[in-house]
Amino acid sequence: MSTQAPEAPAPEEPRRSSLRSGKGRMADPIFKWVVTACGTIVLVILALMVIRTTTEAWPVFAKEGFFGFLTGEDWTSGNSRTEITGTYGAWPFIYGTLITSIIAIAIALPLAIMVAFYITHLAPRRLAKPLSYTVELLAAVPSVIFGLWGLHWFLPNVLRPFFEFLGNTFGWFFLFEGPVRGVGYLPAGIVLAIMILPIMTAIIREVIVVHPIDQRMAAYALGSTRWEVLRKVVLPASFSGIVAAAMLGLGRALGETIAVLMLIGGAQSWGSSLFSTGSSMASHIAATFGEAGPEARTALMAIGVALFLVTMIVNILARVIVWRLGRMTGDAAV
Amino acid sequence: MSTMTSTPPRKHVPLNQRPPGSAFRRFKDRSATVLLTGAMIIAMIPLVLIIFEVTRRGIGVVNLDFFTQTEPPPRREGGGYAAGFFGTLYIMALAILMSLPFGIATAVYIVEYGPNRMTSAIRFFTDVMTGIPSIFVGLFVYGLLVIGWGGLGFGTFVGAVAIAVMMLPIVTRSAEEMLRLVPNEMRNASYGLGARKWQTIVHTVLPTAAPGLTTGSMLAIARGIGETAPLMLTAFGSGLIVTSFQGDPQGSVPLQLFKGAAQPFEAGVDRAWGAALCLFALVLIFTVVARWIGSKASTNTT
Repeated sequence: MSTQAPEAPAPEEPRRSSLRSGKGRMADPIFKWVVTACGTIVLVILALMVIRTTTEAWPVFAKEGFFGFLTGEDWTSGNSRTEITGTYGAWPFIYGTLITSIIAIAIALPLAIMVAFYITHLAPRRLAKPLSYTVELLAAVPSVIFGLWGLHWFLPNVLRPFFEFLGNTFGWFFLFEGPVRGVGYLPAGIVLAIMILPIMTAIIREVIVVHPIDQRMAAYALGSTRWEVLRKVVLPASFSGIVAAAMLGLGRALGETIAVLMLIGGAQSWGSSLFSTGSSMASHIAATFGEAGPEARTALMAIGVALFLVTMIVNILARVIVWRLGRMTGDAAV
Repeated sequence: MSTMTSTPPRKHVPLNQRPPGSAFRRFKDRSATVLLTGAMIIAMIPLVLIIFEVTRRGIGVVNLDFFTQTEPPPRREGGGYAAGFFGTLYIMALAILMSLPFGIATAVYIVEYGPNRMTSAIRFFTDVMTGIPSIFVGLFVYGLLVIGWGGLGFGTFVGAVAIAVMMLPIVTRSAEEMLRLVPNEMRNASYGLGARKWQTIVHTVLPTAAPGLTTGSMLAIARGIGETAPLMLTAFGSGLIVTSFQGDPQGSVPLQLFKGAAQPFEAGVDRAWGAALCLFALVLIFTVVARWIGSKASTNTT
């Protein structure tokens, strides 16, 4: 949060006078040129990303059609070097991405709201900052470590017994039917939830913190309990921030690769049960890229373009909301 | 931040004189308190579990050999991730050289030459860029440099480009905020002494913001070290120490960790835990030190 020093008038660029000719006269425009060029590099990179990957993936879209590619269920790679001979339908991967992200948001969003409430309103004042730091420290853990921990500790020790219980009790329900294999959509979604929790908490916390105190005091004066103040005053006022946080979390969840890859099972099909193994778009790219031939890599590029489109839409919407709130997202955005 | 914590005013109405239903409301309030505290605890559990488990399984594996020897076949014990550490160091050094100057220069442009339409566009797209899936960055660098216009093949340099693209928006955003913290009086004083704009920026603004810039850079580095997905498509991975700048697949710690974790052999998985401990320690140290410098810096400049 920027704590500006007492505002001095914005400095004007030193005026050009005869005193200002002489040594180093050209340095200023040159310096400006250099930083401007560096500044535009972000735009250049983004433009290159769009152009390069789309042209690379174009043959696949041309053959399958954009919607045919998105809805097709069969993914059979061809081995040609020059043309597209296989069939490429990305639906199983799109489904995997959607279902894992939905699970992640469903778990992480309520938790993030509650944690943000706890940190801002319930925690002892001295604990508030360390607590929020600790939660944000989770964001620093590399995703490959989440994957390793999820696969070799969390899954066998916690999730598997829990899944077996779910399967035995609610096996009649289509979401929990079928054998419990361990890896699958549900564990991937749960670990994703842990991974996106910090960024969502951070953003919701920032929105809650700036909520004006007089509104809360007014509600207390009317005899509300603390819970009623949180539920009926703070929560509605923070709604758009919570939406933004959910969307940023969703953006993260959609694009997460390694942890999902290690936990989702890697099947090239899809199933309605949460215990089914499958692939997300990102995990399918990472899993098959190494052994893929040129044609299959072109097809993976097409998945990448579709993934990019979806995450861009989600992210831009989220950013627009955050920007309209007029808040510095600061390193929470990182 | 936490100064706005609100506590309900003292209750002054005796319970028996309260309107009907208030006991239920108090009960709801109590349960909500329990619920929120429970949520906080649940949110802390994964971090504690990860730290505990990574330390427990990794501590026995990490020794000097782990850093100096390359990996034997997965079934055999011993050996280490020397190739990965070397690769990570090499890739990170290049990525830092690429991303820090550009990131900080971009921030200078945004803060010192803005705001105008160009700078707000750059700010917006920098924010958006932090949300680009890392695997897509890998695909992009693959399409652009590995097979595309560059045709460079897999290697250290293209891997570093991918990591640099991941780090760039983080560096830019944090550097931007730090430059904004530099008081305008300092700029005015510098101009008053006859300094040109570039001299003011280079000799006054940047040194003042230096601690903050370090914070942002370290956070970006911490992020870059753990990146796996983009490297799969660009550096490609290698079990041997690769010194070439470009053209031969290069390894890295996260890549080796990922491979090791996927093996059915106990020895390979053990090494993966060791690597996880090193990686985690590295990232944690970078993050904590960065925050520490940052918090010191922000109390100094104001």
